[in-house]
Amino acid sequence: MKGLFALIAMMIALPVAAQQSVPPAPYAYRQLEDPVLEAEAQELMETLRCLKCQSQSIADSDAAMAGDMRHQVRIRIASGESPEEVRSWLVERYGDYVSYEPVLSTRTWPLFAVPVILVLVAGMLFWRRFRRRG
Amino acid sequence: MIAEIGLAALWLAAALAVLQLAGGLAALRAGENSDIAALTRPAAVLQGGLVAIAFAMLLWVFAITDLSVKLVAMNSHTAKPLIFKLSGAWGNHEGSMLLWVTVMALAGALIAGIERRLPEKTMQATLAAQGFVALGFYAFLLLSSNPFERLPEPALEGLGLNPLLQDIGLALHPPTLYFGYVGLSVAFSFAVGALVTRNVTPDFARAMRPWILGAWVFLTLGITAGSYWAYYELGWGGYWFWDPVENASLMPWLAATALLHSASVLASRDALRVWTIMLGVVAFSMSMLGTFLVRSGILTSVHAFAVDPERGSFILFLLALYIGGALLLFALRAGTISEGERFSIASREGALVVNNVMLSAILAVVLLGTLYPLLTEAFDVRVSVGPPYFNPVSAVFVFPMLAVMAVGPLLRWRRDSWSRVSKEMALTVALLLVALVIFGVVSQVALLPLLGLSFAIALGVASFLPLRGRSLRRVPIAVWGMVIAHFGLAVALLGMASESAFSTERLAALAEGERTSVGPWAVELQAVEPVAGPNWTAMAARMEVSYDGGKPIEIEPQSRNFWAPAQQTTESVLVTRWNGQLYAVVGSSSNDGRWQVRLWWKPLVTLIWYGGLLVALGGILALIGRVRTDLKRRTAARKGAARRLEMEKIS
Amino acid sequence: MSWRLWVPLLLFSGFLGLAAYQLTQPKDDVVESRMVGRELPYFTLPPASLDRPGVDSRDFYDGKPKLLNIWASWCLPCIAEAPQLEALKEQGVEIVGVAIRDEPVDVMRFLTQHGNPYTRIGRDDLSEVQLGIGSSGVPETFVIDGKGVIRYQHIGDIREEHVPILLEELRKAES
Repeated sequence: MKGLFALIAMMIALPVAAQQSVPPAPYAYRQLEDPVLEAEAQELMETLRCLKCQSQSIADSDAAMAGDMRHQVRIRIASGESPEEVRSWLVERYGDYVSYEPVLSTRTWPLFAVPVILVLVAGMLFWRRFRRRG
Repeated sequence: MIAEIGLAALWLAAALAVLQLAGGLAALRAGENSDIAALTRPAAVLQGGLVAIAFAMLLWVFAITDLSVKLVAMNSHTAKPLIFKLSGAWGNHEGSMLLWVTVMALAGALIAGIERRLPEKTMQATLAAQGFVALGFYAFLLLSSNPFERLPEPALEGLGLNPLLQDIGLALHPPTLYFGYVGLSVAFSFAVGALVTRNVTPDFARAMRPWILGAWVFLTLGITAGSYWAYYELGWGGYWFWDPVENASLMPWLAATALLHSASVLASRDALRVWTIMLGVVAFSMSMLGTFLVRSGILTSVHAFAVDPERGSFILFLLALYIGGALLLFALRAGTISEGERFSIASREGALVVNNVMLSAILAVVLLGTLYPLLTEAFDVRVSVGPPYFNPVSAVFVFPMLAVMAVGPLLRWRRDSWSRVSKEMALTVALLLVALVIFGVVSQVALLPLLGLSFAIALGVASFLPLRGRSLRRVPIAVWGMVIAHFGLAVALLGMASESAFSTERLAALAEGERTSVGPWAVELQAVEPVAGPNWTAMAARMEVSYDGGKPIEIEPQSRNFWAPAQQTTESVLVTRWNGQLYAVVGSSSNDGRWQVRLWWKPLVTLIWYGGLLVALGGILALIGRVRTDLKRRTAARKGAARRLEMEKIS
Repeated sequence: MSWRLWVPLLLFSGFLGLAAYQLTQPKDDVVESRMVGRELPYFTLPPASLDRPGVDSRDFYDGKPKLLNIWASWCLPCIAEAPQLEALKEQGVEIVGVAIRDEPVDVMRFLTQHGNPYTRIGRDDLSEVQLGIGSSGVPETFVIDGKGVIRYQHIGDIREEHVPILLEELRKAES
């Protein structure tokens, strides 16, 4: 499924990337000492889009840029920023596209309105269908 | 020559599809006894044979690696093992489309050959719809994606020796999903046939049901296998990403699940007529939509390799034709079909209606989340919709559905009282509360995994309650199917929730001889050695791992470099225990001679896929049970008819 | 009752229209920076080569518009854009390079082979500057005015037809 496509994307991306000789950023593949902060960082990374690979989160990509983004996330969390501050730092630079977590705004309200409507419609449906039971 | 036979067979099959369509239409217009209508069924049967020949020819040219055929030259290689030569036949756009029409034509041949329960007029309309759908795919193949196209000069060697794509999982995965999609296309044809002739009866649901069940089993297997493949292959321990391509396979499954349940209400109780028709159309449209999203690549650039705007437009055109047509027919006709029998909410049907509404709501949420980025891009706004949206929003509908799943199968058809099942309900609720307290208060699990764990446990027990007080040997196979499928869902849910709640991760940079740990595992990196394969070199990290001080196990994850084409992959190693999996990956080395090691301990994670397999097993049992009942009914009907004839003779 | 039966068709038509429209649109995969129109973040990068100084964000406050070129020696399109950068340099444009994840040896080899249009080259091993200015790939080129404000972003390699556009943007940045 998605794996196949990721694989093919990797095949396209890697011949170039393979020539990079600089080691990955310190915190690309290293966890924070504090397990609470690391858990926060991990949770955040799973919801940030890898800009290089476009269809993976930075938490599951081997792309060098994803590694650099993980490094940024970890050092910012370690320096006391909250996950939401880090997220908005990135959104400020790349727009909503970088975050997998849509926030309620003029551009995204249907994402939240439709489920509410669905609940209402479902409720109405049940009520109309079964009210004569009593 | 072989390729030409295949192409000729394909053209003939397309001609027969026209005949099938014309025969069906003639039957609708002039009555089912008109001359041309008599040809509908033979046309469908013969067509199945011809397309099978075409597909066999394609397999043949791939088996002998006939490099004068463009498709072979592009996608195969003389040095490939035979199994991958053959799977290469459908590992590309043209071949996979041919596989699709092959399965579809064989399915058409099967219903034309054996389905005699429905009024002949409805069957003719169904076959006409089937012929019409098939015709679109023939046109697609013959006009824009001919798999048998020859090269002006035979190629010297094929281009398709990509070792990464030589994977048995990749070879089997697409056909599995296609079988599912095609099964839903048959259900679609039945729905259209029933709608055209205004003949929505329990018999129609019974005729359609094996196809839905079959499709559903294949979709379940396809999703399960695809998820496991992503899990072990991508090297980061994730198994579901809510990626558009994954959603494209999930949406038909959701629709098929809803259709399955509403069809069983229609079959047993003659209720939910219009709704079942609607779902029949929706389920197939989700298959087409999935194909469109994947092939046109309009959603994510990662899929750019298979993308061709022309193909995308063709599929969109077919989608518009079939689904638009069916929905138009629905809007015009559905008003004249009555809803069928009524029932109370405290009844099997009531529970199934709730299940259907919830499944449809989940489907709507997934569809919305998947297509929403497409919508905003039209206004030049790019947004991403991912797990932080899909997980909680679908949970709003999933958990109520699970609650109903626990109780519904205990209820009687038409009208029941809550008090009759109050003991069972009390047991389920008690289990749920105990689990909530244990995991919530004692283990401090986050909300969604907490609900997942608790509902999984309650549902896992509740799914066996329909068997209470019955002699197990007398329980019909179809009921076993339901019990096992529901239990399988609980098992899968337990796996997902446990993975989410209890996984531990360890990223470490280790020098040879250094140790680390993840969860209950102690891990020692013993040595890193180069290994050479046929077309790759790798660094293999020999590690000794032991669970909770137990006997050490040696594992060897690798970081591989292929040279033609140049690419780097990680070969992860999974150590499976009854209570979970250790997932080990080795990455690159740093300047100080240490190696990047990624380790995860994922308690009960394997239950996700065992659960999926149980769900599929449940579907298979239900299918066997239904088909056996159908066959028995058929024999009984034939005997009855024979007896009646004899009685007439005597009198 | 009957109007409701039309709802599915209506929704489906909406989807068809959208999908058909999107099929005709060129698929653009670029992620535009939101930093255009805003000031550069503060940064200071060590030199990436032996013969050019490193880069400091304060270098961009001298009143003269410059190009900030994000590149790397391992990036193939960067080779393709080298002649265009050279041409821009000939026109008197000051080009500041930021080399992403690059060793000085590789940088030197690249510059000897493909020319060195840069007045300064900073070494950005952690993509800090890249992330800081909202760049998502290599190569990318930014127009920075003399007050440290990002005025324009060019994504991908610079082709011949882009040179006049960049010159025009630089001219606009002067005002």
